Amino acid sequence: MSATIPLEEVKTLTLNIYRFDPGKDEKAYMQDIEIEVPVNKDLMVLDALLIAKEKDTSLSFRRSCGEGVCGSDGMNINGKNGLACVTPLSEAVKRDKLVLKPMPGLPVVRDLIVDMKQFFDQLEKVKPYLITKDEDPEQERMQSPEEREELDGLYECILCGCCSTACPSFWWNPDKFLGPAALLQSWRFIADSRDQATEERLDDLDDAFSLYRCHGIMNCVSVCPKGLNPTEAISNIRKKLINRKG
Amino acid sequence: MKVDEIIKAQDLPIKDFDGIIIGGGGSGMRASLQLAESGLNTAVISKVFPTRSHTVSAQGGITCAIQSDDPEDDWRWHMFDTVKGSDYIGDQDAIEYMCSEGPKAVFELEHMGMPFSRTEEGRIYQRPFGGQSKDYGKGGQASRTCAAADRTGHSLLHTLYQANLKAGTNFLNEWFAIDLVLNSEDEVTGVVAFEIESGEIFYIRSKATVLATGGAGRIYASTTNALINSGDGIGMALRAGLPVQDIEMWQFHPTGIYGHGTLVTEGCRGEGGYLINKDGERFMERYAPNTKDLASRDVVSRAMAKEILEGRGCGPNEDHIMLRLDHLGPGVVHKRLPGVTELSKAFAHVDPAVEPIPVVPTCHYMMGGVPTNIQGQVTTIKNGADSVVNGLYAAGEVACVSVHGGNRLGGNSLLDLVVFGRAAGISIEKSLKQGANLKPSSNEDIEQALSRLNKLNASQGGKETDELKKEMQNNMQNNFGVFRREDLMEKGIQDLGNSREAVENIYLSDKSASFNTARIEALEMQNLFEVAEATAITANERKESRGAHARDDYTERDDDNWLKHSIYFSSTKTVSKRDVNFRPTTVQAFQPSERSY
Repeated sequence: MSATIPLEEVKTLTLNIYRFDPGKDEKAYMQDIEIEVPVNKDLMVLDALLIAKEKDTSLSFRRSCGEGVCGSDGMNINGKNGLACVTPLSEAVKRDKLVLKPMPGLPVVRDLIVDMKQFFDQLEKVKPYLITKDEDPEQERMQSPEEREELDGLYECILCGCCSTACPSFWWNPDKFLGPAALLQSWRFIADSRDQATEERLDDLDDAFSLYRCHGIMNCVSVCPKGLNPTEAISNIRKKLINRKG
Repeated sequence: MKVDEIIKAQDLPIKDFDGIIIGGGGSGMRASLQLAESGLNTAVISKVFPTRSHTVSAQGGITCAIQSDDPEDDWRWHMFDTVKGSDYIGDQDAIEYMCSEGPKAVFELEHMGMPFSRTEEGRIYQRPFGGQSKDYGKGGQASRTCAAADRTGHSLLHTLYQANLKAGTNFLNEWFAIDLVLNSEDEVTGVVAFEIESGEIFYIRSKATVLATGGAGRIYASTTNALINSGDGIGMALRAGLPVQDIEMWQFHPTGIYGHGTLVTEGCRGEGGYLINKDGERFMERYAPNTKDLASRDVVSRAMAKEILEGRGCGPNEDHIMLRLDHLGPGVVHKRLPGVTELSKAFAHVDPAVEPIPVVPTCHYMMGGVPTNIQGQVTTIKNGADSVVNGLYAAGEVACVSVHGGNRLGGNSLLDLVVFGRAAGISIEKSLKQGANLKPSSNEDIEQALSRLNKLNASQGGKETDELKKEMQNNMQNNFGVFRREDLMEKGIQDLGNSREAVENIYLSDKSASFNTARIEALEMQNLFEVAEATAITANERKESRGAHARDDYTERDDDNWLKHSIYFSSTKTVSKRDVNFRPTTVQAFQPSERSY
């Protein structure tokens, strides 16, 4: 006895993808790759890319967890930065078109892969680690649930780079303006009741560029795949700096 | 020297370190932190930026008797639970070490800044998890799993990355390790690896090499594992002539999201969620009357598979189970399980505070791995006895120390990786202080580690990675899943055997040097294949049911013949047995007894 398995109904989707291989291309170009996707099931953009890669194995992009927690597959999806693995095609595809480009503002290594060095250099400048002066207790440090709650909306950052590469201030001054991701991390430690380096953290930010180049454009907020709010973090740091000056 | 050329060992540039760690996940970065803080020149070689490693996906927590929820809690109770959970083939010296050292390792994470959730008293929040009891199983359910909401792995991994930045660890990020280099004494002197972006390739020479490459869940078609979980360390060890232990033991997590595989944490059931079949029945009451939905994972996954096989599955195809959380109210669901809420909305299109989540048992964790002692040193078998492999260490999922035996308890993987990553670091520190001397490797030795790459670069035709991978994944899924039986396994083994030649001669059509992900996927496929074949052959050999290994043709546990580790060498494709450790140093060993929940 054999049951007939109904063939999954499919439709064609054209991906318009940014291509560049430094080994052979003098300049980048856009390429159409046609793939078939099921009609009754909503795939993610990453699924579409994996299907496209089966057709053309030279297509390159980063990916790892496939569930929006590792931050590998940030890219520009129909003009907006996001994570491919948690962006459904039903949301992303506009007028039957899906244009995929690398995140803007950083040098392109190959296809959808950008060189994240500037991004991580800026992150390291904010000393993204807990600094304490007192000796560690034998057990954990005490922290009330209310104090811990201050870290919600901050510690969840996955360092995907969607925010900083959507920020015009970061595009203009990627070496001097720290960018929303790094500043969110800075506030994550300033806001931590256990951290004892607030003053030196604020000192490090108190120049014309590091922090103050943020013009409140809020692209960072609109693209963050984790729903975080770097602009608010930046304004919290500003308030601290102003209060400190009295 | 670039990765797209045919490479000779004598031309290979060398980088030197005191210690290298292959893998930038939790165990790797805990080991590197130990080394960097002791002033050793340490490098982490990671094929992805470290915070992209799969540790980031761990949700529910890290189990450890820190006596926050219960001031009377005792690491010995945790040890008892872990031994029982392992179905008695976890090594009791290792479990003793993990459970007793655990609190120190967890407090260290907090001191580094890990954002644990907190109790009203300001201590670390602990939640109930499967298989955890008080008073050696007699005192009811324990709340022992330390949590940072349901993002514990993310919090832990980022914290370790931060601590390593502070300590000055060298990161070779987006570098891919091809194979270990062994000298004529079979000591490990480093690894051949290349920088993915530039394609520049090096012999990375080191006095100590740590395998911290994680798991290999991608041997199955349906898995909670990241796409990068390709068993690279297992492949490297087997090709180096080293064995793997208990590799047939694969955990199927009860709650992978139906149709996608994404994990939702056991913490869902810890917080009060439960599973129902198509009749709305809370069926775990039948299978595990005492602990119900918080029985051990192997027990729950088998029960779910049985419900589905017997026609009580949910949905039009009666092929999944429902996980109910809605009765807990949006307060608990959104506050304690915010990540699960996000994932359920994205991949199952449900808000778990309102509707149940469709779930199915899904490949999740490799209990087996490269055998090590509790100092993290890799061991092999020589003349029937354990023998340490000089220069090589392993920690985390790639290692089999063995604390998980036949079945890992939830929350024990994060504990395993910090405790044994740390232990490997400590023992390397000690051995380098004593002046560990390895004989240099010759060009012929290095040539061995290059052979896979050179073959790939010379390939002119044959099957490509995707086709071979799909065949293997479907084979493993169909023949080596939750329930296993001889005829299917033998067919599976035969199919794998038929594919081996094609896998060793994969055709790489794109031979470019810079960020060529096709080359990496081909190298990963060869690693996956080694894991798959080792799993298949060993599973067929273990003629009993124990832990996660459940056979239709041998339904009982057989302590007379199989209260043993399995040991597998790929060179001979043979399986032998190794004694389980029943010699903890501070407590009486726990003797095997019937396992009920």
